[in-house]
Amino acid sequence: MNVTGAAPLRLVWQHVAKTYGSRPVWQHLAGELQSGEVLVVSGANGTGKSTLLRLFSGLEQPTAGTIRYTCGPQSLTPRAMRPQIGLVAPEMMMYRELTALENLQFVAAARGLARSTAALLEQLAAVGLSGRASEPVANYSSGMLLRLKYALALVHQPAVLLLDEPTAMFDEAGRELVDTIIMAQRQRGLTIVATNDQRELAWGDYVLKVGSAGQ
Amino acid sequence: MRSDKPASPALWTAAWAVARKDVRIELRTRYALNAMVLFAVTTAVMVSFRLGPLGVSRDARAVSTLAVLLWVAIFFAAMNGLSRTFVREEETRTVALLRLSTPPLAVYLGKLLVNLGLLALLETLVTLLFVALMNVRIAQPGLFALTLSVGGFGLAGATTIIAAVVAKADGRNALFTILAFPLLLPLLIIAVEVTEIALAGTGWSNALGGLRVLAAYALAQTVASLLLFELTWES
Repeated sequence: MNVTGAAPLRLVWQHVAKTYGSRPVWQHLAGELQSGEVLVVSGANGTGKSTLLRLFSGLEQPTAGTIRYTCGPQSLTPRAMRPQIGLVAPEMMMYRELTALENLQFVAAARGLARSTAALLEQLAAVGLSGRASEPVANYSSGMLLRLKYALALVHQPAVLLLDEPTAMFDEAGRELVDTIIMAQRQRGLTIVATNDQRELAWGDYVLKVGSAGQ
Repeated sequence: MRSDKPASPALWTAAWAVARKDVRIELRTRYALNAMVLFAVTTAVMVSFRLGPLGVSRDARAVSTLAVLLWVAIFFAAMNGLSRTFVREEETRTVALLRLSTPPLAVYLGKLLVNLGLLALLETLVTLLFVALMNVRIAQPGLFALTLSVGGFGLAGATTIIAAVVAKADGRNALFTILAFPLLLPLLIIAVEVTEIALAGTGWSNALGGLRVLAAYALAQTVASLLLFELTWES
């Protein structure tokens, strides 16, 4: 899908429900978001914020309802949209045996991108990992790991950026980095943030509050 | 107009990236290599202690025993190592990154390439050990190499898709062997038959039928795996 054209990218979800076994996470979720906008998903622990982001990324399927990305006449499922999606999430780990640069080289090549080593080093520097590119990821602190997740999520300049607990391991400098990334993403596409941090609600043009289980 | 397929990255570039990444990790951890080498060496040494230089005998029973033992060693050593390609992704929770960044078919092809490489190393090692420890004489080396190649291709193709199926399950190691054995039994039986012919040197003409079946089996298994992998990977 070419999202750089005149038609804006839109994400539309209708009557979405998710159930694990007999436990409903939520039912009848509906909404839409378009390029340039930021949605913040908020709610207590266990209310399905991360699950919703996994549905939007195509890593999981809804039990009922539809989720589509549209751009002009084109309409894609989240799974088909994956080449245009960047995800930062606590459960998404990197290859600990590889260095940060090797992780980034792998993801770039797997996505079919021809990126030079210099360009990838620049990408790592942009998230605050300059000078640490050749270290095995196993030696990284939790804050550095999160910075690397941002580099991996942004390497293909995605049209859709999904951030789950985006600053959970960050210091103040890290928060500023996420602020900058979200500002830049507004020019490129849409952003969805799942968070419990009240300060991060301000990022959103809209706030979707998911309630207690089953609602 | 509606479309479900965006332009995907070049398949082989992505597959090669997966294979290169896995080889790099394997060379640093040596988990699969160590498991397979240890099993192969232990089996060959144990068999050679009990049965001695079995290869010296040209008796048909001795040749059959050697062919069976060779494939038993290859099969169980492969069971020890080849499931790691997918199991590791689950254990280290890198599976989401892989699913998000790589087309499913490229994941399968990349993992298959790695397993083919590991199996080629394993078959070479087991053959060398059998030749060295049991004085195995291979009357038709060309036929022997072809049998190992085609049989190995079928073995790698089947173990790769089974590894993907069991990776998410509890007790995955036991499940891997349990699922692999019935699926691979026909391939192993034919591979043993053709290996016997190669060891005894009774001629290519006797082996052609078996080789054809072996190749057809390996090909059918690979095509089925290619068709089924995305369903397995995304479920």
